[in-house]
Amino acid sequence: MAVITYREALRQALEEEMHRDKNVILLGEEVAQYNGAYKVSKGLLDEFGEERVIDTPITEEGFTGVAIGAAMAGMRPVVEWMTFNFSIQAMDQVFNNAAKMLYMSGGQFNIPIVFRGPNGPAEYLASQHSQALASIYAHFPGLKVVAPATPYDAKGLLKSAIRDDNPVVFMEAELIYAWEGDVPEEEYLIEIGKADLKKEGDDVSIITFGKPLQIVTEAADVLEKKGIHADILDLRSLRPLDEEAILKTVKKTNRAVIVDESWPVAGMASHIGWIISHKAFDFLDAPVELVTSEDVPMPYNHTLELAAQPSVDKIVQAVQKVMYIREA
Amino acid sequence: MTSDKTKKQETAKKTPDLKHMLGQMLLIRRFEERAAQAYGLRKIGGFLHLYIGQEAVAVGSIAHLDLKRDYVYTAYRDHGHAIACGMDIKGLMAELYGKESGCSRGKGGSMHFFDKEKHFMGGNGIVGAHIPLAAGTAMKIKFNKENGVVLCFFGDGAIHQGSFHETLNLAKIWNLPVVFICENNQYGMGTDFRRVSSVDDFSIMGQSYGIPGKQVNGMDVQEVHREVGEAVYRAKEEGTPTLLEIKTYRYKGHSMSDPAKYRTKEELEEYKNQDPILILKDHLLKEKKLTEDEFQKMDKKIKDQVKAAADFAEKSPEPSLELLYEDVLV
Repeated sequence: MAVITYREALRQALEEEMHRDKNVILLGEEVAQYNGAYKVSKGLLDEFGEERVIDTPITEEGFTGVAIGAAMAGMRPVVEWMTFNFSIQAMDQVFNNAAKMLYMSGGQFNIPIVFRGPNGPAEYLASQHSQALASIYAHFPGLKVVAPATPYDAKGLLKSAIRDDNPVVFMEAELIYAWEGDVPEEEYLIEIGKADLKKEGDDVSIITFGKPLQIVTEAADVLEKKGIHADILDLRSLRPLDEEAILKTVKKTNRAVIVDESWPVAGMASHIGWIISHKAFDFLDAPVELVTSEDVPMPYNHTLELAAQPSVDKIVQAVQKVMYIREA
Repeated sequence: MTSDKTKKQETAKKTPDLKHMLGQMLLIRRFEERAAQAYGLRKIGGFLHLYIGQEAVAVGSIAHLDLKRDYVYTAYRDHGHAIACGMDIKGLMAELYGKESGCSRGKGGSMHFFDKEKHFMGGNGIVGAHIPLAAGTAMKIKFNKENGVVLCFFGDGAIHQGSFHETLNLAKIWNLPVVFICENNQYGMGTDFRRVSSVDDFSIMGQSYGIPGKQVNGMDVQEVHREVGEAVYRAKEEGTPTLLEIKTYRYKGHSMSDPAKYRTKEELEEYKNQDPILILKDHLLKEKKLTEDEFQKMDKKIKDQVKAAADFAEKSPEPSLELLYEDVLV
């Protein structure tokens, strides 16, 4: 099995799907001649030409809407947002058109489209360029939302997302592109809506998705040394959400910590906490803990910036709390 | 032997079938009068944005299209465009009644008429939100090298939205076969367009993007037909966009809840005197292509058709509750 970067895994997924189906096109800022702001689309312009790999001006609402209109007429666009921070300008198109078109047309117009790009905090970028927007996208029925955390998952899920006949919001992360992992040479797909148990343990369930998987894994290593063994459940997909997998791990360990780099209010983490309290209440030995971003815009200063985000230490502390090893 | 080029020109510059267009305008008028009545009886809820007075715009424009390969997008005042695209008025009326037999299964209502088969792409309730969609469908036409065009209708309110300006730029840099049609009915809800617009000739807005623009009298269906024909020809022949500002007038308020007190009776009367249906009817009478008797017969037939649609809507059952959960995802 080849060891490749997350970035390369995405590129391979795009390349393979563009070969498979001529209706798949890629558009966004800098995707073509510049080879992608984060080099995910490197080489695709040379391979597929400017009709299928399309540079756009910096007008997220416009080009996102154009892609949705192309999808309404039968194409399968992949929209690259240079970052999800700029997707805020395109939200009207995503929420009011892509998410609802099928419903309000009584089932006539499905939108086979992928919206992808880096989401979540990066470094030294301050509040407008460093935020995790998963909860907002996951709020809307009519969208599928995925956030793969490994190169393997990224490739398999992007291929599934491109083949999906629904709009799929595909969340990557600036800091994740260079991470490496095993990816098979042969083709494979990962079903959207299936969580993955990344590590097994009996003492506590740590539930997460996307980039924080890495610090969760580090935290689990720290906990191992303290004799605490965690189940790590990587959701991979937020919509549909694998409730079965969430309940299964919680019923096994009886304790849960949810790690989400989004804000705490009305977030994915709080929603998952509610699901657990609602459907696995009798199995819980401790209240569910959340480790989220602090409830503030992201500061520029690095010390403050790190303090605003989930960390290995915060996760370890939260686990110790649900284990009643630490005081509340 | 007819060359491909001539064929294209014929498609774009169709000779208007005036009687047919008269019938279409009348059908829109009678359909909406009936809808307004049903709204008064609370059979129809929500917003009901009537198109009465503007019929010549949709009818004159859409008469050019071959809806096997051309497409139509519009905003929330969409009944006229849907009817001009040949949608079955039974399904439209049932949609207003919120019935499952409606064109969008009762889930869209007045602002969200759709007909995939007839390339009627909606119906959109967000001001300006459909303008980029129209360009996207034009992109598909270009990508597949089809001989098609997209007509995109929107109001004078939408012309100030970023989506309009972003889309015009994209349509020009990619040379997309799309005709942007601003139906300037002069009021964005209750606001006179002159109060909120930097210019009072919207057709010049295309110039910022290198797109030709023209003002058109929207009370005269023949003029609309002629000018849209030019734009359709340009889109199909040269693959380039056009912006038309079609000046029109809505007789009713913005929606049923709007008494339209922001304008004078004199102004309304002035436009009713240039009613698009009466203008065309008078023209046909004068040309001896129609008699008053024929017109009355046509009107009677249309009224019966509309009544049948209302009866259909009335008699259609309420949707089953399971429908609530359908069509969220494919």
